[in-house]
Amino acid sequence: MRNKLHVFIKQFGLPRIIIVSFLLSLCVLAIIYNLSIAGLLSDTLVRTGMHGVLVLAMVPGILCGIGLNFGLPLGILCGLIGGLISIELDLVGFTALFTAILVSIPIAVVVGWGYGILLNKVKGSEMMVATYAGFSAVSLMSIGWMILPFKSDEIAWIIGGGLRTTITLTERYDKILNNFAAINIGNLTIPTGLLLFLITMNFIVWIILRSKAGIAMKAVGDNPRFATASGLNVNKYRIFGAILSTVLGAIGIIVYSQSFGFIQLYQAPMFMGFSAVAAILIGGATVKKASISHVFIGTFLFQGLLVVALPVANKMLTEGSLAEITRIIVSNGIILYALTQVGGGE
Amino acid sequence: MKSQQYVLKMNNISKEYYGTRVLNNINLEIKAGEIHALLGENGAGKSTLMNILFGMSVIHSTGGFQGEIELEGNKVDIHSPLQAMNLGIGMVHQEFMLIPGYTITENIKLNRELIKKDFMNRLMPAPLKQIDFDEMNKEARKALDTLDIGIEEWVKVAGLPVGYMQFIEIAREIDKQNIKVLVFDEPTAVLTESEAENLLKAMKKIASTGIAIIFITHRLDEVMEVADNITILRDGQFITRKNKADTNVFEMAELMVGRQIESMVQHDVKDYDNQPVSISLKGFNVAMPGEEVRNLNLDIYQGEILGIGGLAGQGKIGIANGIMGLYPAWGEVLINGQPLTLNNPKESIKRNLAFVSEDRRGVGLLLDTSIEMNIAITAMQNKDKFIKKYGLFSQKNHSEIRKHALEMIQKLDIRCIGPEQITRRLSGGNQQKVCIARALTLDPMILLVSEPTRGIDIGAKKLVLDTLIKLNKELGITIIITSSELAELRSICHRIAIVSEGKIEGILKPDDSDTDYGLMMSGEYNKLKSKEVI
Ligand SMILES: Nc1ncnc2c1ncn2[C@@H]1O[C@H](COP(=O)(O)OP(=O)(O)OP(=O)(O)O)[C@@H](O)[C@H]1O
Ligand SMILES: [Mg+2]
Repeated sequence: MRNKLHVFIKQFGLPRIIIVSFLLSLCVLAIIYNLSIAGLLSDTLVRTGMHGVLVLAMVPGILCGIGLNFGLPLGILCGLIGGLISIELDLVGFTALFTAILVSIPIAVVVGWGYGILLNKVKGSEMMVATYAGFSAVSLMSIGWMILPFKSDEIAWIIGGGLRTTITLTERYDKILNNFAAINIGNLTIPTGLLLFLITMNFIVWIILRSKAGIAMKAVGDNPRFATASGLNVNKYRIFGAILSTVLGAIGIIVYSQSFGFIQLYQAPMFMGFSAVAAILIGGATVKKASISHVFIGTFLFQGLLVVALPVANKMLTEGSLAEITRIIVSNGIILYALTQVGGGE
Repeated sequence: MKSQQYVLKMNNISKEYYGTRVLNNINLEIKAGEIHALLGENGAGKSTLMNILFGMSVIHSTGGFQGEIELEGNKVDIHSPLQAMNLGIGMVHQEFMLIPGYTITENIKLNRELIKKDFMNRLMPAPLKQIDFDEMNKEARKALDTLDIGIEEWVKVAGLPVGYMQFIEIAREIDKQNIKVLVFDEPTAVLTESEAENLLKAMKKIASTGIAIIFITHRLDEVMEVADNITILRDGQFITRKNKADTNVFEMAELMVGRQIESMVQHDVKDYDNQPVSISLKGFNVAMPGEEVRNLNLDIYQGEILGIGGLAGQGKIGIANGIMGLYPAWGEVLINGQPLTLNNPKESIKRNLAFVSEDRRGVGLLLDTSIEMNIAITAMQNKDKFIKKYGLFSQKNHSEIRKHALEMIQKLDIRCIGPEQITRRLSGGNQQKVCIARALTLDPMILLVSEPTRGIDIGAKKLVLDTLIKLNKELGITIIITSSELAELRSICHRIAIVSEGKIEGILKPDDSDTDYGLMMSGEYNKLKSKEVI
């Protein structure tokens, strides 16, 4: 019996057990404080759908051997450009959303390709280089946002140069996926369209991983010497993984923006990579292993924690600023904890 | 009378991995100064039993084991390798456990570094104490000399051929003081006969100092040579314990396998000299560290089985690795008269070459991937097999992969739970069979195999060698076998090339005299012959 328990803990992973217990105890507190559980669950579902694609972007990176893609901001920047172009073209609704995605993909392919070449030059320290590549790109683009020739007055400041920090999507495609076929059961709202989109993206990645190129990519990440001996070009498939990850990052931020209702430029993408990394780790992935199920479990747990922690902290500490500080401590605490678990379950 | 007591007793040991029982009530008793052979087929549970003794984490992370271990009459709980070491148990693992970036000395002395004995150093806290490299090198040298191995102690381990790594592992263990029990898990599998001979001598020397030795091997003649007692396992069951004097090679083989073993097929000797040339190497060089090939010339005929033998470090391993593009190579290689682009593994596979690497875990396997995928992947990537095409897009053909894997599992007798099991969880010999299955899946015209029977039990060995002969006879595949075991080469090859100092010293027929083989291996053959001429 003791052995069975032991094996169970091993397989499910102690970190996940800790996170789940933490989440459960927060839920108990939420009930005690009389918070609406249905409301919290709705929020969690929305945030899962909102962050899911960004977390999914971690999977190809891990599988092709470049590790956790801390350079996710690169992909995010491509997505932002796509989003801006669709507004500049004065599109609305689903047309706007899908144009944004379609425009950002080729940009992300080119950027991901260069990113892959860079990572091939620094084998062994990909993650550190990736982090700084992400930071530098965000800073460079802060200059870029100042000089890009967008004309639409939703995007650009009317007086002076440069683009706005926050761009409202109310007139464009705000929550268009969230509201698509949304189901209301009492206080619980299920963002059907958003979740369907996430599931579709996961399905596409799953299909890619079962294709010839996907299988080669996994072999390269798993054992480069084996892959070489099997006639595979290791560098090529690492670039393939980097491109996939970057493209998913671009699509991810567009989905994120539509749910959020705003496009945020300048420093906003800086740390987005970290929460995606934390989520996939909590889901049970490691630097070498990741699967689609890790994306779902991880995003749900991570976002669930944040959603429940905030109102609970609000109730516990009525002092306004203290609650905000608690929220930051909790979210960064989870990220920190997740990062210490890089080794994973096994 | 300590020597009369058992130093080590393992009582009623049972172990399950994920619900499968791999050891069932095993007993093992060993006296001080005894060499005790532990025998059994691939997957019988030998390594698992030793992992339990050594407190390896694979055991404890999979639910521990039942039974007890007594060391010098006291019951002990062993939870980690470190604890096992402190109790005086040493182990030379089947799969190497060395740190590639460290030198040989550092590997031998890892965690047991010697401290300089001067005054200042004594005052320092432990982490800041200075290490006495001279003294360490000296002791490492001594351990290496006991094993008669000539390599320099300051060389880095990374990239050394497997034969050396094995000796370094052993040197590390015999360098430890207070050792009571020393486990050798298939130490001779990668060694040539003469190296194995040295090792057996060293083992006897070690045993005579009162250390008990547990010796796992698939070479039964070695057992007859050094062992005092023998314990035989089969499928996780204890079969028998015998004194060496009361048994013989044939009985042991039968007890291991549980059925009679026919003797190895003798291959018909054929003259291949007039056949067209299949591969021709001209001025061929390979920069494989520790196994360099230098300006080598060799013609391999179509349809023959060519053996490549030689001592470790002479370059025999480098030849196949160079042809397959895995280590930098230059010179000329012609396949059926057409030049082969070197340093390009894809090209080599395209030209219908297939390779079974000697480095099973490093190059040969995706350890965390299923058996079926391991078998299929190379053919999938290079020959578009097991793939369903939808225009630009493709998907793996799951049912075909499964069907093929089941066929291979049956054909090569791979002992596993099923085709979905990951290869990390297979026993060493069964991993080897997966590697062979993958090479065969490529339908090669020329098959290069390095150490094909390394770590494989006698039953499976016959199976593998028979398979090679069958492929050669029925499909006309040209086969190049690199092996440390001359006897194996002589039983199935048409011609055997002996490599010395990176060159072909000579080519012999299987039935040439032992003296010729001996002379060629040591590189003296041509010197003596040229003297005769004068
Ligand atoms: N980590 C593991 N997880 C699950 N099963 C394992 C693991 N390691 C070994 N096994 C299983 O335990 C059984 C015994 O394996 P073991 O490695 O002890 O065999 P062995 O006698 O050393 O064989 P060989 O001569 O091939 O080295 C095999 O059936 C193997 O598949
Ligand atoms: Mg073994």
